[in-house]
Amino acid sequence: MHLLGQTLISGFLLGGMYALIAIGMTLIMGVMKIVNLAHGALVMVGMYVTYICFVLWHINPYAGMFISMLLLFVLGSLIQRYMINRLVEVDSILPENQVLLTVGISLVLTEVIRFIFKSDYLSVSTGFSGKTVFLGKMSVSVPMTIGFVIAMVFTYLLHLFLNRTDLGMTIRATAQDRDAAVYMGVNVSRVTMITFGLGSAFAAAGGSLLLPMFYLWPDIGHLFTAKAFIITILGGMGSTAGALLGGLTLGIAESLGATYISMGYKDVVGLVVFLLVLLFMPGGIKSLVKR
Amino acid sequence: MKKVLINITVAIVAILLPLVFRAPYHQHILITILIWAALGTAWNLLGGYAGQVSFGHAAFFGLGAYTAGILALHYNISPWWGLLLGPLVSTLISIPVGLICFRLRGPYFALAMLALGEIFRLVFINWVTFTNGAKGIMIIPKITMKLPYYYMALGLFFLSLTITGLLIKSRFGYYFISIREDQDAAESLGIPTTRYKLFAFLPSAFITGLTGAFYMNYIAFIDPNVVFSLANVSVMIILVVMLGGVATLWGPAVGAAIYILLSEVFRTRMGAASVLAFGILVCLVIMFLPNGIVGELDGLRKMALRKMNGGEKSGLLRG
Amino acid sequence: MAFFEVRRIVKNFGGLCAVHEISFSLEKGQVIGLIGPNGSGKTTIFNLINNFFPLTAGEIYFKGKRIDSLPTHKICALGIARTFQVVKPLKRMSVLDNVMAGAFLHTGSTSQARARALEILEFCNLINKRDLDAKKLTIADRKRLEIARALSTDPELLLLDETAAGLNPKETEEAIEVIKKISRSGIAIIIVEHKMKVIMGTSEKIVAINFGREITQGEPREVINHPEVIKAYLGDHYA
Repeated sequence: MHLLGQTLISGFLLGGMYALIAIGMTLIMGVMKIVNLAHGALVMVGMYVTYICFVLWHINPYAGMFISMLLLFVLGSLIQRYMINRLVEVDSILPENQVLLTVGISLVLTEVIRFIFKSDYLSVSTGFSGKTVFLGKMSVSVPMTIGFVIAMVFTYLLHLFLNRTDLGMTIRATAQDRDAAVYMGVNVSRVTMITFGLGSAFAAAGGSLLLPMFYLWPDIGHLFTAKAFIITILGGMGSTAGALLGGLTLGIAESLGATYISMGYKDVVGLVVFLLVLLFMPGGIKSLVKR
Repeated sequence: MKKVLINITVAIVAILLPLVFRAPYHQHILITILIWAALGTAWNLLGGYAGQVSFGHAAFFGLGAYTAGILALHYNISPWWGLLLGPLVSTLISIPVGLICFRLRGPYFALAMLALGEIFRLVFINWVTFTNGAKGIMIIPKITMKLPYYYMALGLFFLSLTITGLLIKSRFGYYFISIREDQDAAESLGIPTTRYKLFAFLPSAFITGLTGAFYMNYIAFIDPNVVFSLANVSVMIILVVMLGGVATLWGPAVGAAIYILLSEVFRTRMGAASVLAFGILVCLVIMFLPNGIVGELDGLRKMALRKMNGGEKSGLLRG
Repeated sequence: MAFFEVRRIVKNFGGLCAVHEISFSLEKGQVIGLIGPNGSGKTTIFNLINNFFPLTAGEIYFKGKRIDSLPTHKICALGIARTFQVVKPLKRMSVLDNVMAGAFLHTGSTSQARARALEILEFCNLINKRDLDAKKLTIADRKRLEIARALSTDPELLLLDETAAGLNPKETEEAIEVIKKISRSGIAIIIVEHKMKVIMGTSEKIVAINFGREITQGEPREVINHPEVIKAYLGDHYA
């Protein structure tokens, strides 16, 4: 029984951190209506930044995270401004070529990192990375708990930002109706740039929080792209609450899967669920509740 | 008349080419170009003309390859029979896949196909008893010379080109492009859009499966991570098409030639940085040649023609 | 039974009632106008007739056959074609190719489809623009292209959705002429239009709706002088 309990708790905690990454993606998808397959690569770059801060300057990963977020905000804004935004201006037969552009960006980011760090597996070990506390008979990992709490704080802050500040409301307006926002005098190109930057910063934050739980290597980005996608589709695009719900669902499903289903088919189950949601629940999990 | 002459010249050059480049390495590159040209042309029918961007064509490539491989592995039947059975399996699988995924539009279709391609890869890795899992399947080829493979690959490309060419000049071509340009308008013009998407999908999957089966026979080794690869098959096919020219008949072939030659240069000259160079190339192509080399050339030529004649020729069938 | 009949059709979007129990009918070759303020449900009615949206309730009959559960493309194949208020040109195809795409409905031969398309372009005064890409057309020409493409499917009933919106007076006159020409060739037409000039110049009957409900229907003169219709358009003061 407490195996189940422990599985659920660690899935829940993990899911909170996944949600942070997915919120970054859902923000970008909601405002720009694009499919961003480079999101995981941004997570990966964020993780490496935090890693360097730790190894070179002995900055605690939870502090390094802020440096990483700042850098990724700048990187994301630049990518949006000078690469993705260009596609708005060109007349292409297939609008889907933006998807391919993000694949290209992801390739470049991954290979640049590989060029610098090689393909070695890296990990961060701080004083408390292996620490656990006991809840009755169930052991709960300390870095996971801290990560979860920070992720929730960030999610709440983002929620406040989107609902209480002018810029936040402008972002929501643009997500809802781009054309109407333009007519209201919103500088849409500035808003999309900031949104992409914000999304990237959240990716970096999520990645940094997950750093103690994952081995770091350049290709880890694909893993996070896939997860963020599943969560975003589950949660219904462009919704922060949905992403949170989707993140927790995926975290719990994953950790149940790892405990009870064979490793090999675990990913198949995830993909099948993804397909089914895509086909039959266009609004994500929420569409079940609303009906 | 001029067009016929050009076609004949191209055919003669294609037939004589391997007699000029006799080194096995060079012939291997030529064969690889033809394989990608065939794949790209087949993808273009569905993706470029009908506008249904598949990020999962590796599924059909892998199914074709594995049909051939499994015939040899389990039933001791020559993998050459795979050239017959492989495309059939791919086509059969494409029917339910199409009927399911065509409910989705635009990037959602692309994502669903991506997920399907990955599902096939994972199943073929995990279904060890049937597929030999990640260890893959190895065969001992009967023919070791490159030349026969070259002519087979040429035949494959020719088939792909002919099927696409014939389809797009007929009612099918008009319907495919109408669906791509505006599905609602197409439907309201009496076009059964789902059925016609399937009409683009079936030949596309057929050729892709056939090429997969040929690949098994030629390379003599396959494993799921190679033939079902998202990055190295599904995405690469799209790149070849985008590089050469979306919705142009010869674009994918041009794209394949440029892409394979460039990646050979990158690989031999740059070593580890070759993938990086490739990634940068992808970004540059999409940002600056969104409709591919042949597509953009066509636009430029049209502009020049208009300036000369003051009018423009009917432009559905490009390149 | 009437040539075309809409019987008590209802459409709800979630909790919103967009169309409520609308009924009307027309005979072969007849032209009727559908009028009402913005957002009153006119375009929705077209989207229901060609089944872009499924009906919530009600029935639609065409030539004695119930058509409301048929897919859009079959409804077109039966002989109901439409244009779109927000025009939907097939942008990267030439004007000729746009019309050929429709003409292929009744022939598999490219040369026959081309011949038919050229006839229609002649009819709609677009023949000189046949080789232009549709995205390069002016708004007036795009509206003409919408009509040409709809005609290419050889309809017996044509649904025209605001074909005169955004046209200048001269172009509007031309549009009225085209509609009259189509009507003379025996095709029945339902017109949704804000420009009363177009409606009055062509329609034999008018159905007026507001908030998705019928206000009145009948002779054009009677309908536009109906107090409820005036109220719907101009507000209470003028009724």
